[in-house]
Parts: sequence; structure tokens; C-alpha cells
Amino acid sequence: MSDERAAPAGPARRAGPRPPVKATLTPRERYLPAAISVVSTVVVFGLLFRVVTSAENWPLIQRQFFNLEAMRESLPAVFSGFLVNMGVWVVALVLIALFGIVIAVFRSLTGPWAAPLRVFAVVYIDLLRGVPSILLVLLFGLGVPALNLPGVTDSRLFWGAMALILGYSAYTSEVYRSGIEAVPDGQRAAAKALGLTQWQTLRYSILPQAVRNVIPALLNVAVALQKDVALLSVIGAREAVREAQIFTARTFNFSSYLVATGLFLLATIPMARLTDWVTRRDQERRLQRTL
Amino acid sequence: MVRRNLRRSVAAMAALALVAAACGGDDAEEPEGDDTEVEDTEDGAEEEAEEEAGSEEPAEDDAAGEDAEEEAAGIEGCAIEDLALLEAGQLTVGTGDPVFPPWMLNDDPAGGEGFENGIVYALAEELGFAEEDVVWVGQTFEEAIAPGTKPYDFAIQQISVTEDREEIVDFSMVYYQPDKALLALPDSPVVGATSLEELVDAEWGATLGTTDLDYIENIIGAEGVAVFDDQATTFQALLGGNIDATVISFPTALFATAVQIPEAQIVASLPADPNDTGHGLLFEDGNPLVDCIDQGLERIIDAGVVEALTEEYLIGDADVVEITG
Repeated sequence: MSDERAAPAGPARRAGPRPPVKATLTPRERYLPAAISVVSTVVVFGLLFRVVTSAENWPLIQRQFFNLEAMRESLPAVFSGFLVNMGVWVVALVLIALFGIVIAVFRSLTGPWAAPLRVFAVVYIDLLRGVPSILLVLLFGLGVPALNLPGVTDSRLFWGAMALILGYSAYTSEVYRSGIEAVPDGQRAAAKALGLTQWQTLRYSILPQAVRNVIPALLNVAVALQKDVALLSVIGAREAVREAQIFTARTFNFSSYLVATGLFLLATIPMARLTDWVTRRDQERRLQRTL
Repeated sequence: MVRRNLRRSVAAMAALALVAAACGGDDAEEPEGDDTEVEDTEDGAEEEAEEEAGSEEPAEDDAAGEDAEEEAAGIEGCAIEDLALLEAGQLTVGTGDPVFPPWMLNDDPAGGEGFENGIVYALAEELGFAEEDVVWVGQTFEEAIAPGTKPYDFAIQQISVTEDREEIVDFSMVYYQPDKALLALPDSPVVGATSLEELVDAEWGATLGTTDLDYIENIIGAEGVAVFDDQATTFQALLGGNIDATVISFPTALFATAVQIPEAQIVASLPADPNDTGHGLLFEDGNPLVDCIDQGLERIIDAGVVEALTEEYLIGDADVVEITG
């Protein structure tokens, strides 16, 4: 370790004045920062814990929120609800990824013949992105089945999920569009020079680069969607949050909410790490390319 | 015990009236005028009270003379100034916002029209509060069950008393136990059912935080019950064909089919759920008021006030099939 630190000082690496190098760190320099981190963290969280637990109502909160027995009791129901969340999430994710790119392509098409598609994309994004998701879920989940259209399912879950898919597609298409616009104009020019049609340009040149640009942002949307599936509870779907609410309403014990919280974290934290990893890998790859 | 208290207070009033009559030397109509003031009490108790008053007048006189005024409006050991109230001299009562008929009419608890606010005002009077000393606080159901200090002395919101809940909050005695009704559109598959087994396969929906859900799952035994945020959404789901049927308390069903969703009908009345003990007033855990409020409740129940309110607001002529099992 200390040898390595000394090594770059060799004249072979670079000419010029030697950087100041110390052979070894004193114990003080080596351990003090770590000690300070540990002590300050312990003190801050310890004080926080003390403040919280010294609250007059803490025993009540403990009994109502951190009741292990209630957690165990509510776990099966909340978990079965969580499977509904995950199922809807996976299906929605695929459809959103596809539908979002279609809208984004519509919007980025050029030429007079594509005008209706551009108008459609703009209106679609304005409308569906501008309405709170919960309203979309209520309107689709309760409204569409009430229409009683022939040949159309009246499943609440289907239409509620559809509301999420349509709403999130509007967001996602804007993410894709930002990726498309980030592709340098020279790429289009080059494609044109090669004689590619507009469609071929998109398919083989623009989109692959655009999608790569926005993968971290897309994963971010995926995490948001994972939690927003809980909105389906308003149309009666028995997903994790609703199961937790049912338990709470029945027993006045909020521990079931913590069970749901834990399940969501178990699913979203790996997603967050995956996002970090993908971002880092992408960054490294770009840096290598420019070097 | 409480019954005896009641008699004593009636006796005291009668005694006071007699004393007043004797002192004033007016005509004999005076005691009768006083009788109308205690018309809520049962006839038997009244008669008995008068007899007692007649025979025991000398013995009771002293005590009656002292206590009479307080006892006429109040409960022994529960004088308003001694109660651990949120706001001194005021009875702060939590309830839903909005409130629904027939439990409270016109979305106005302070209007006094309705079953539950009727009970609260009768209770307040029993405890010696003036009508204007009853203060209402609106809240959602979630707020009612949230931990921490409650912004009221007690809440009344058709809250069912259960053992699990009692670990977290305190309840008064049960003041009402509603029957359950089966609500559906006329073309629903549940129409015409005569037994619970025929109901199992229907698409059910219920409102979050009600015992209706427990009923559908435990008594009817249905699975995959949709659970909606509030009753309006449940009714919308019923109208939209999202669900085939729902279970709600009979009084609510009477009102709902008359006003909110006239398209729906009460298909049947349902057998009672042995685990559902009925509605109680909700207190913060450990609230010392419970005892005095319970005494007051017991008195107005004994006096037939709750029964009269039930007759007035919660009974309707619904000619429906009775499913008994």
C-alpha cells in the first residue's frame, strides 16, 4: 500500500515536479477520520432514537406500529397482496416500455404526412401526463366497466392497470424523446448520406443510441411505477397497501403498514442498486470510448 | 345500581315537586306538570317513584333537597367540573366528515337530527351539558384510529367494538347493534337467494373499515372481496356492475336505497354475525371519562331514549326476504 503510493513518483511516469508524497500515514491520520464517522453517526442516531423513544406516546406508538405479533398476523395477507403488485408491475412495465417508445417516435417524426401522429402524441402526452394518476385509476377503473361496452372486459384490475400503463407511457415517451433529442444531429445527417429512409434512420441509428442514453431514467420510472401500483387500491384491488389498510381498520393496529413498507423496500432497493450499477457501467463504457 | 339511581332521581324530583306544591300552596296540577318533564322514564318507574316519594318524603327530603338540582341534570360523581374533559365545560365529540343519514341528517351533527347526534345530545343532557356546550369535530376514519392524542372526548361514527381494537383504544358500552342487509341491483345473481351458500360465488365488494367486509368473508365465506375507500365508491362499483352485491348495515341500506342509489334494492336481511358486538363510542386509550359516559349511556338506554331514536331514524318498512343461514 505505502509502496504503491510512493511508486508514481518515479520519473518514468511523468516529468515535472514530484508531488508531495508521504511514505506512511500516522495512526492518527489513518484512524481518526473513521473514528469520527463512527462516533458522530452513533451519537446522532442515538440522540434521534432517544428523542423518539422518550416521547410520551412512544409506548403507544410501539404497540400500534411495531407490534411483532400483529406483523406476523398480517404478513400472509399483505404478502399475497404484494404478489398482485408485482404481477401488475411486471406486465405494466413491458407495455409501458413499448407504448412509450411508440408515442415518442410519433412525436419525433418529421414531414407533413406525419402531422396527425404528431398531434396525437402531443395531445396524448398533455392529457395523460397532466392528470393525477389516482384520478386516471378511478376514471378508468370505475368508469370504463360502467360503460358496459360489448366485447370489452369489465375487470377493474385490468382497467386500473390500463390507467397506469397509459399514464406512465406519457411520462416514458417524454423520457425517450429526451434520449432521441440527445442523439447528435450528425447521426441523422450521416444516416441520410448513407441513403437510409426516415424509418431506417430511426430503427438502426437513432433509437438504439437514444434508448441507451435514457436507461437510468427508465429504471427510475420503473421504481416509481412499482410503488404507484398501490393506487389500484382505490378501485378495490386487494394489493399490499389495501390488505394492510384492511388489517389496520380491523384491529386499529398499524404494524401491517410497516410490513407493506418492508416488502416494498425489499423490491425497490435492489432496483435502485441495479440502476446505480447500470449507470456506472454505462459511464465507464462511454469514458473508454472517448479515450 | 344505575336503575336505582334513576329511580332515586325521579323520586327526588317528585319530592321536590311536592315540596314546592306544599310551599306554594297552589292547586294540585303542579306535580302533574313536573311529571311531563320526566316523561322519558318508564311508566312503572314513575309510578313507583311517586309512591316512594309519597311515603318516604320525610326521610328523603334532606338528601333530595341537596342533590335534587344537580341530580336532575347530572350523574353522581360525574359533575361536569370534575370530568377530565378536553375543553373544560365542553363535550367535544368527534364524528365523520361528512356525516351520513340516517346516523346524522343534513350533514350537520349540531342540527341534532339523526340517530347518533340524537344520542349524543341526550347523553349530554343526562350529564348536565347545555346543548351549546356540545362541540363537534369532523375527522376521517383513519384519523379516528390513528395513534396519539385525540382532539375530542369521544367519537361516534358507527364504530364497531372488537377485542382487537380494544387493545388500542377504549370503547363505551354498545349503544346499538344494527342488522346487516344484502344490497344489489335487481338483475344481480344474488337476487332470489334464500341461503348463504347461494351467495358465495357472487362478486362482492365492501367499504374499508367496516365490519361488512368481515361479514362477507367470515359469515358468507366469499373470497376476493373488492375493498373500496368509501361507501360512495362501493355504490359506484355496484352501479357500474363491478361487483354483484354488497353488505351494509340495515339502516344505511334503507337510506341508501331511498336516496343515494334508488336503482339498488335490499335483496334480503342477513343473519347476525356473532362476532360483531355492535357500535360503541370510541375513547383514547385510558381516558377516565369512559366510566361516567357509560353511566350516562346506560341511563338513556334504560330510559328508552335510544329505542325511541331507533324507531324515529333507523326503522323503515322494508319487506324483504330474510336469509337465516
